[in-house]
Amino acid sequence: MSMAVHVGAVGVARPRIEGRAKVTGAARYAADEPIPDLAYGALVLATVARGRVRDIDVASVRDMPGVLGVIDHTNAPRLNPEAGNFFGPDGGLRLLQDDLIPHAGRPIALVVAETPEQARAAAQALPVTYDEQPHDTRLFAGHPAGRPALTLFDAPADIGDVDAELAASAVVVDERYGTPEENCSAMEPHSATAWWEGDRLEAVDSNQGPFQIAFTLATLFHLPPERVRVRVDHIGGGFGGKTMCGPQLILAAMAATRFGRPVRVTLTRAEVFLATAQRPATDQRIRIGADADGRLRAIHHDATYEISPLAEYIEGCTELTKTLYAAPAIRTALTVVPLDILPPYSMRAPGAAPGSFALESAMDELAERVGLDPLELRLRNEPGVGPVSGLPFSSRNLVACLREGARRFGWASRDHRPRMRRAGPLLIGTGLAATSFSTGAFPSTATITAEPDGTFTVAIAAADLGTGARTALTAIAADALAVGTDRIRLRISDSAIGPAWGAGGSRGTASWAWAITEAAAKIRGPERPMTATVDTTQLLGDLASRERHAFSAVFAEVGVDPATGEVRVRRLLGMFAVGRVINPLMARSQVIGGMIGGLSMALHEEGVRDPVTGRHVNADFAGYHIAAHADVPDIEADFVPDDEPGVPWGIKGVGEIGNVGTAAAIANAVWHATGVRQRHLPIRLDRVLES
Amino acid sequence: MKEFAYRRVTEIRDALAAGHGGARYLGGGTNLVDLMKCGVETPTQLVDVRFLPLGEIRETPDGGLAIGATTTNSDLAAHPEVRRRYPALSQAVLAGASGQLRNMATVGGNLMQRTRCAYFADPSQACNKRDPGSGCAAIRGAHHNHAVLGWSPSCVATHASDMAVALAAFDAVVRYETLDGGAEIPLERFYPPVGDTPERETELPAGALITEVVLPGSAVAPRSRYRKVRERASYAFATVSVAAHLEVSRGTVRSVRIALGGVASRPWRARAAESFLLDGPATADRFRAAAETELAAAAPLPGNGYKVPLARNLIAAVLADLAEPY
Ligand SMILES: Cc1cc2nc3c(=O)[nH]c(=O)nc-3n(C[C@H](O)[C@H](O)[C@H](O)COP(=O)(O)OP(=O)(O)OC[C@H]3O[C@@H](n4cnc5c(N)ncnc54)[C@H](O)[C@@H]3O)c2cc1C
Ligand code: SF4
Repeated sequence: MSMAVHVGAVGVARPRIEGRAKVTGAARYAADEPIPDLAYGALVLATVARGRVRDIDVASVRDMPGVLGVIDHTNAPRLNPEAGNFFGPDGGLRLLQDDLIPHAGRPIALVVAETPEQARAAAQALPVTYDEQPHDTRLFAGHPAGRPALTLFDAPADIGDVDAELAASAVVVDERYGTPEENCSAMEPHSATAWWEGDRLEAVDSNQGPFQIAFTLATLFHLPPERVRVRVDHIGGGFGGKTMCGPQLILAAMAATRFGRPVRVTLTRAEVFLATAQRPATDQRIRIGADADGRLRAIHHDATYEISPLAEYIEGCTELTKTLYAAPAIRTALTVVPLDILPPYSMRAPGAAPGSFALESAMDELAERVGLDPLELRLRNEPGVGPVSGLPFSSRNLVACLREGARRFGWASRDHRPRMRRAGPLLIGTGLAATSFSTGAFPSTATITAEPDGTFTVAIAAADLGTGARTALTAIAADALAVGTDRIRLRISDSAIGPAWGAGGSRGTASWAWAITEAAAKIRGPERPMTATVDTTQLLGDLASRERHAFSAVFAEVGVDPATGEVRVRRLLGMFAVGRVINPLMARSQVIGGMIGGLSMALHEEGVRDPVTGRHVNADFAGYHIAAHADVPDIEADFVPDDEPGVPWGIKGVGEIGNVGTAAAIANAVWHATGVRQRHLPIRLDRVLES
Repeated sequence: MKEFAYRRVTEIRDALAAGHGGARYLGGGTNLVDLMKCGVETPTQLVDVRFLPLGEIRETPDGGLAIGATTTNSDLAAHPEVRRRYPALSQAVLAGASGQLRNMATVGGNLMQRTRCAYFADPSQACNKRDPGSGCAAIRGAHHNHAVLGWSPSCVATHASDMAVALAAFDAVVRYETLDGGAEIPLERFYPPVGDTPERETELPAGALITEVVLPGSAVAPRSRYRKVRERASYAFATVSVAAHLEVSRGTVRSVRIALGGVASRPWRARAAESFLLDGPATADRFRAAAETELAAAAPLPGNGYKVPLARNLIAAVLADLAEPY
């Protein structure tokens, strides 16, 4: 093997490998794959929040043009109830198994026809009657159905004597913060095409982790894993909404089974909202006690959120509370309230995004009451070790983020009193938030093969959501093999490659890079094999126990028109410590995207339910607002030097840290502008308007 | 979506001959086609009017402008005479939708667009406007962005057009043709009161084709403004909007026109506020008092009370802006 002089690719800013294909329209997404003899499925969703299907009048649509048939609970293939997700068995996956309606928007039938239009027409015409039952879709802390959340992660903590420390505190903040239901809202609606090849179920799907999803699909259909293959192609964003085995895939597989031909199911925008995944609403109480000089004595964070009785789920709101600040007493708890809602699932910085809004708003309130610069308050409470675990941090560069961010933002000249700055009719304010997001890696398998032409095929069942995974992994493989990127042929997006973690939890790149790096080491090792496969399960188990987190500091400036309540962000700056940056160009655009997501969370995003029917009424992009270009101000994002010892390439992952913190920074800036605290998101104009 | 026929016409009489029964005129299709997709509109035929000779903006003898019904929203907003003589109209159109939509949308279609009430667009919900007699889901449901003025227990929806609000402030007139001949209706009377027939949205006779919208000549319209308050900086419907012009001479209001958007089933011409102000002092207090006079009739629902102070503040702010010397 020739090892020519090699210039490293890791750390170099490079545009996306598939960028040209995307802007010219050549890149294919799941719904674009040409497949012969395709039939199309259209969903029918329940229009009541709870009850039973009384009747589905299939006969009345059977003769509509092109209709091949209807699948509902009376004739659907039986699914395995053991199938689940990261959190355990998931009743959300068991579609069309009975006449029960657990939430509005639950798929209750699939109409299959020769064309998508014919399928949709018949689905719209299909008469369904219901026996409605009383429903409950309203979350609040103290709800009688509340119970402790699963403790798989973000388990409850209780160190020190919170009540005694609070009693001894010179200043106490005790407030409630609320965040609404939000939807992942990826640009590309979910689409799947499924067909049988002999006794193997094949599918092309839009998802974030083909291996895990193939495994779930196999379980659901009582098949051995090797008889199910799921591929993904280019993906138009996921934001967590494509981490689970989606209704499009389950229903396409059912229809392919029943009709004996390939079937494509592409969700409408409304179906993405109503039938895929959402962030649960949260109702959080925070108590913080401090001495007069701002040194914390206690933090108590009680977070309540909603789930569906169909599946467990953890919205880890209190993770940051156990990470960010030193305090002799810290208590956290997560309470779930099962309601008649779509099962929540991980969305953009799950837990951390709503949790940091609560914690970092409360810290700002504390700074106000103590009379301290909010920046100084954070610096004063910097912990040496994990505040709850006592474990050392693998690396912790929050202070660098805060100081460098403050310098660039011009924080030093801030008058910390509220309502002091004006620009014409606008009130101007600034705010900041400190953040963290837990990092790590999950077991993955990679195979590298040295090809006769001098190239290397690098195969791993990764998925590129549009963030640039292909480009990053190509650079990593090139450096790990000490060759140029032109000699790397990356194969991803296929469950048949073998087990691998998906693109989620900010752990995609770290998990995949690890497996690729180890496989490359074997190829370059003394035996010089032509092909090497590595599974990182064992290696990960050997990793030292540490507090592992990415950190950041976010600074925001807002203008508020008190006469209309309109809040517009004028400046946003984020400084990030995310380990080693693999590709500064893409990492920057990813954290900027995250900050825009945080801005949307602060000001716009809200799933609105009808108070009478419990149904969502804004399941589209005209009603569910996400920041438009005009809402996005000058954004600056940069990285402080950082590393992650023990992890190949020092990767921490940039997936979600960009999102966290922005909402609190903006809310704190709105307080600074107006003097009024905003403890409920989104900060709608009717909440700000002064009359 | 139901199957339908499509027909392109180049003569007005062909359009009128085809535009009956289950047929619908098709402008840019930005509203009609969406409603067809969700099953709210089920035309048997679309009569595409974009190739009619109605795409011009011309001068009228009294110094006004006549805007052809198929003029796109983008062309209307960019027209130099519209910008110079009726700036609030140009501002209103530009404040609506997005660049892509405005390139497609026509003036006729914009006037005829249906409400954005979410229940209206969902055939599984009760809605008197879509399905007379079925009830109104919004009154007890989610009505954060619904009407505070002129609504009835049958329907509390707003009209969504920004353009129409500016047209109302300028006393525009809508001209149309039918098989029996042409006629015109002042914009202020174009949208009837809701009453118990929310499904009847305009005074146009069945099958009528809007041909143009006429803006009367006006010496004061150049000093006009449109301001739209919305939940994000662009690409959102108005929560409340105001189109106004104001002429002040030696501290006294000599001419004033105010129309509100986002508060009623039609652009709301604030006649009470106008007469309160006319010939009186142009002061901030008076502007606010005028707004309060107009809004005395407001009857908000539990979920949209904020619109009343918002409309008041907005009227006062826009008038104060216009009163500044320039
Ligand atoms: C995402 C989105 C955001 C939007 N935001 C805004 C906004 O912020 N502000 C705003 O004001 N609008 C907004 N709109 C609405 C937009 O302005 C209207 O859709 C557009 O003006 C309709 O014009 P059109 O030519 O496309 O009408 P079409 O969709 O073609 O037709 C609408 C109706 O008008 C009838 N019609 C068309 N031409 C004639 C005619 N000559 N005579 C009689 N009847 C006719 C049609 O039969 C149909 O009933 C938005 C629309 C969308 C989709
Ligand atoms: S407000 Fe009007 S449009 Fe909306 S549901 Fe009620 S009747 Fe229908």
